[in-house]
Amino acid sequence: MDVPAPPDTAPQTSSPSITWTRNGVAVPSQSIASIDAFAFWQACLAACGQGARVVSLVASPELDDAISILGVLVDDLQGRIGLLRTRLMRDPDSRAFAYRSLTPELPQAQAFERCLLEDYGIQPIGHPWPKPLRRHDTLEKPMGSGAPARPHPFFEVRGAGVHEVAVGPVHAGIIEPGHFRFQCEGETVLHLEIQLGYQTRGAEALFLRSPDSRRLLISESVAGDTSIGHATAYCMNEEALGGSEVPLAALALRGVALELERLANHTGDLGALCGDVGYLPGASYFGRLRGEFLNLTMELSGSRVGRGMVIPGGVRFGVPLDQRAAWIARLTRVQRDLEDTANMAFASSALAARFEETGRVSHTVAEELGLVGPVARASECDRDVRRDHPRGIYRFAHVPIAIAPGGDVMARALVRWVEIQRSLTFVKEQIASLSDSPIHGAVGARTREAVCVSLVEGWRGEIAHVAVTNEVGQFTAYRIVDPSFHNWFGLTMALRDCPISDFPLCNKSFNLSYSGHDL
Amino acid sequence: MPNLWLTRLRQGHRTVDISGAMPSLPERFRGRPNLDESKCSTDCDACADVCPVNAISHAPLRIDTGACVFCPLCEPHCPTGAITFTRDHRLAARSRADLVHDSQGGRIVSALDDTMRRLFGRSLKLRQVSAGGCGGCEAELNALSNVVFDLSRFGIDFVASPRHADGVVITGPVTDNMEFALRETYAAIPPPKIVIAVGSCAISGGPYSGGGRSRDGVPGDIPVDLYVPGCPPHPFTVLDGLLRLLGRIEGGSRS
Repeated sequence: MDVPAPPDTAPQTSSPSITWTRNGVAVPSQSIASIDAFAFWQACLAACGQGARVVSLVASPELDDAISILGVLVDDLQGRIGLLRTRLMRDPDSRAFAYRSLTPELPQAQAFERCLLEDYGIQPIGHPWPKPLRRHDTLEKPMGSGAPARPHPFFEVRGAGVHEVAVGPVHAGIIEPGHFRFQCEGETVLHLEIQLGYQTRGAEALFLRSPDSRRLLISESVAGDTSIGHATAYCMNEEALGGSEVPLAALALRGVALELERLANHTGDLGALCGDVGYLPGASYFGRLRGEFLNLTMELSGSRVGRGMVIPGGVRFGVPLDQRAAWIARLTRVQRDLEDTANMAFASSALAARFEETGRVSHTVAEELGLVGPVARASECDRDVRRDHPRGIYRFAHVPIAIAPGGDVMARALVRWVEIQRSLTFVKEQIASLSDSPIHGAVGARTREAVCVSLVEGWRGEIAHVAVTNEVGQFTAYRIVDPSFHNWFGLTMALRDCPISDFPLCNKSFNLSYSGHDL
Repeated sequence: MPNLWLTRLRQGHRTVDISGAMPSLPERFRGRPNLDESKCSTDCDACADVCPVNAISHAPLRIDTGACVFCPLCEPHCPTGAITFTRDHRLAARSRADLVHDSQGGRIVSALDDTMRRLFGRSLKLRQVSAGGCGGCEAELNALSNVVFDLSRFGIDFVASPRHADGVVITGPVTDNMEFALRETYAAIPPPKIVIAVGSCAISGGPYSGGGRSRDGVPGDIPVDLYVPGCPPHPFTVLDGLLRLLGRIEGGSRS
């Protein structure tokens, strides 16, 4: 198949083929002009060359041998979301869809293009590693036959002294499954390939054919430690498409719940990092303190992970007036204990010796891969949805962004610790100033033939939900992008030239979701 | 060093006493459902209609706690208050049928038989397999090992190899891509072995039931000894189930 050659001239600086919108603001599908595949490729590269990032590539099969691809980009500097579209025709001979891969010039697109390949057979010409991302060929064998999936080739390093280590899918702990294939020279990791897909539940397909109440459950459980984050992103889409005004108190309570989720997970991560280097006081105390945030979330919503809290139009539960002082007192006690524990842990030279210089991801690599969340901020990537694309309570109350240099395990731990302190301050302020407005508003029927992208800064980073509606207001496409989807390749890069024994520590410092990736 | 001692002092002792009364769970906690069919009118299906996972059937009024995700939809939708979620965390059961609650409640866990209790009553080593679990159940199982719940004080531990295990704890709806690994793990555990299904996904598929990419829970040919409902279950619910299974807690009716 012919691939158009790149033009001699530099790509245009501001492409008119991109329709710009904002976080959680629906636009009519018709406003997104369909451009030819090469212009699409060019416009993506031009925008990303100026600081935009890929949020998702969404394919929609059409009748008559055509498929349309919606590109979703995000421009953090200008706080806007870019939408562009192209339409591919099936090749009359090979019957395949094909286009020029973005990945050689834009490595952050690699997983999205592999996704289009496995889901729709769209060939990314020139992609350096067009391997299925989630499929294990089990769909091609009889269901439930129990036969092993046909193995995919792994990237191999050959040479004297080079050996391979295979780990997983089932790991030696209580953790989700994934397969890690290390190419090592002695103790040193030359390359790590991460094979996921074991957790694939078909969430997006099920989402499309489910009633709304089930959609909320799916959103809450695509990544079970990010229930509030994903439920909020789903509800933002429903509210934008349904023209709902969410009351201020509900926005504040969503913020409280989202920050409690961040606090619980960040605190748990610090404990687990301590545990991985054998620093047991840190592991025990942070482990217990994590539970304090889960228990507060349970006081609020009845569930330790916030299931049932966020609903389209607002939230289900508030903090009763007579309990607010007790909440703040409790948070203040937890804050003191956290400060004690963090001061103790970060003063330990044994801990510093293991955290520093381990699992380094350079700023350049982090930018190229489009990493998000604390992992990106620990490599000095200046991005946080709460500041760059503020919606909800974050339009009125700001959480200062936490950036650290170094890109090592220590930087990832420090970013979490700074975020813990800032989230605690935020939660206390929000509870102290909660208004007594209603906590739930009405949501109307969905706008027809519209596209809406909602971003939420979950504790792992940018959560994106992309919704497309048809002429009767039903969803025809719905893509859920967990921050893990951007970040798994960062772990691969962190392991380069590391001793293989540092893998557990590096992995913990990323703490990515398998199910959120696999969906 | 002074910092270390001060921190140690302030942290205190945190492990909970499980011998006495029920743990104090907050007002909004949704535990065992309490059904009162006498309040139902014959032509009302509001609860069953609103349930996103088809866990409720009517006439007679029943909730399948193995499918229920304890979302609070049915309770406020019931016009007569026939369904209320209590703060009772004791939800685990020995058989799939025992998970179905009606106006008389459900059946509480009975202990393993004498032989199995002699073998495992004082020491139970478990292997955990997440087969499509979202991380919710996994996190709560991990929490059992923290200083608050301290599972190992009961001689129950999670181990790093199926060869070291007496049983397997399964979470998730058992996805296509994990079924083989789960079966291999199960086969690698030396008999006799115990199987524990934790969470609505492992019992019925939960939010992913009918999704077509999983077995909708532990496949029927793997015999389950203990079902722990919830989405995810509270660590107390898991602990209660395990201790009753081993005959370490007895009594306590659900009425």
